[in-house]
Amino acid sequence: MKAEISGRAWVFGDDVNTDVMAPGLYFKSPMAEMAKHCMEAVAPEFARSVQPGDIVVGGRNFGIGSAREQAAMALQYLGVGAVLAPSFGRVFYRNTLNFGIPALWLPADMIVEPGDCLHVQPETGHIRNETRGTACNAPALPAHLLQMVAAGGLMPWLKLRLAKENRDG
Amino acid sequence: MPQTLTQKILAKASGQSRVAVGDIVTCQVDLCLLLDSGGPRRIWPRLKELGTGVWDSEKIVLVSDHFTPAVDVESAAILKLTRDFAATFGIERFYDMQGIGHVLLAEHGWLEPGMFAVGGDSHSSMGGAFGCLMMGFGAIEMTGVAVTGEIWIQVPDTLRINWRGDFGPGVAAKDIMLFLCREVGTDNAFRVLEFGGDTVTSMSLAERGVLCNMAAELGAETGVVPADDATLAALQAAGRTPAADALEWCTDADAEYLAVHDFHATRLAPQVAAPHSPANSGPVDQHAGTPVDQAYIGACVGAKLEDLRMVAEVLQGRRVASGTRLLVAPASQRAYQEAAADGTLATISAAGAYLLPTGCGACAALGAGILAEDEVCISSTNRNFQGRMGANSAQVYLGSPYTVAASAVTGRITDPRELLA
Repeated sequence: MKAEISGRAWVFGDDVNTDVMAPGLYFKSPMAEMAKHCMEAVAPEFARSVQPGDIVVGGRNFGIGSAREQAAMALQYLGVGAVLAPSFGRVFYRNTLNFGIPALWLPADMIVEPGDCLHVQPETGHIRNETRGTACNAPALPAHLLQMVAAGGLMPWLKLRLAKENRDG
Repeated sequence: MPQTLTQKILAKASGQSRVAVGDIVTCQVDLCLLLDSGGPRRIWPRLKELGTGVWDSEKIVLVSDHFTPAVDVESAAILKLTRDFAATFGIERFYDMQGIGHVLLAEHGWLEPGMFAVGGDSHSSMGGAFGCLMMGFGAIEMTGVAVTGEIWIQVPDTLRINWRGDFGPGVAAKDIMLFLCREVGTDNAFRVLEFGGDTVTSMSLAERGVLCNMAAELGAETGVVPADDATLAALQAAGRTPAADALEWCTDADAEYLAVHDFHATRLAPQVAAPHSPANSGPVDQHAGTPVDQAYIGACVGAKLEDLRMVAEVLQGRRVASGTRLLVAPASQRAYQEAAADGTLATISAAGAYLLPTGCGACAALGAGILAEDEVCISSTNRNFQGRMGANSAQVYLGSPYTVAASAVTGRITDPRELLA
């Protein structure tokens, strides 16, 4: 995990749900196809224009709804560097971290407009909006989650755990 | 310090005498529900990558419900892989084309008060009807559970939601939840909804399941109805013997809730949620008269035996309107069989409804009954997000089985009380 993630902001509204991030119609398709339709219903240009490292800024209750991991996987596939929102759908929040993408609770008074250049430090929670010359501190990730995200997500973390268990017998 | 039911269950699951709200604890899982959607097809390749198997096949319940029956080679392959997984890991509690997992857990009595259970989709919260804590997670995290039998939980706050008084005719638990999506809101991560009051304690376990199921729509960690004699009776009817301490799983009298909400069921009108959110709800008269192309009875929340009986009560002696189609996908084979035995299905079929196989069906745009561009549907399912049931421009309204059936009869969104009077 990079100490600082820098990218352009993609800004979404309140209550964007995981059906919108990963539509059920593409459940049987490979992720390459599913990811093309990520956010299609609310931002048709997102999937084709987002660049690796870009930062997704959600509104309240970002990622509510279905537990489908494909929502976070689509963002991972598209190279999203971090996800910020004032509040999250509970499973989406966990899934995002499980796929190694830092997810931070954005202070409600921090203004981010589409295309703003953001710098995010996952370990400290420090967020800087270079375009607007503003900064804020989100709550840092709890230690156990930071370790998992730093390892690259739940799978790499499980590999480390299993290897340790094998070593320790 | 007094504890909430949620704290007590998480304390037991994490091997501690007590836990405080906000604590991050590692819980041992008592029951793990895997589904064909986010189960073996997503978990098995990861187990292979990790070079390991499942931690305890006896604690896993595996259900094929999202892709049943196969409609193309891809869904057939998913179902085949799910069967292979059950055989390879010796999972005895495997239900293939028997109905929707959340409903099967209740029918078979696999949940009991005080349990800590997890499931591979968001509506796993439905298990809370049995006085246990059951939470939904994504397949990646269910992989972690399958390997370790553990999961981390941040001990949530509890919102206590009391309902008092009797429903009027044509009103059901579904109306309570559509009302709560609007009144309490959908931003409730790190909160558990604990339901109580005489309206709730007089509900069947199936109706309690509706409350807990749609706790997911409120964004809550889960929902729970503390166990009572009805819970024990339901377990006994399923052939289980409840533990001697089953009724001790309850919130202490002076435990601290984040908030307590009190509502009255007697004044509750049938509710309808307009596109594209369950929180976009109001009394049915706000949308009465809206023409519908399709009326859909289906899903874990809305096609159990009791739901089918609500539909039949409205359809008795009536016909589905010309120009509107009524699709009915019973939630389980047992519901199908019992509805066939007591005449419920005959009434529904005679009214002109189109009967579909059991399973998750059109609710998540995976099975039969998907909507075309611009079509309007009223549905007994639990969420109406844009594109959820098919085309992005389709308009899905949510209502109780009563309201969906009444709307099918008139071809327009209709207050079921007009037909039941």
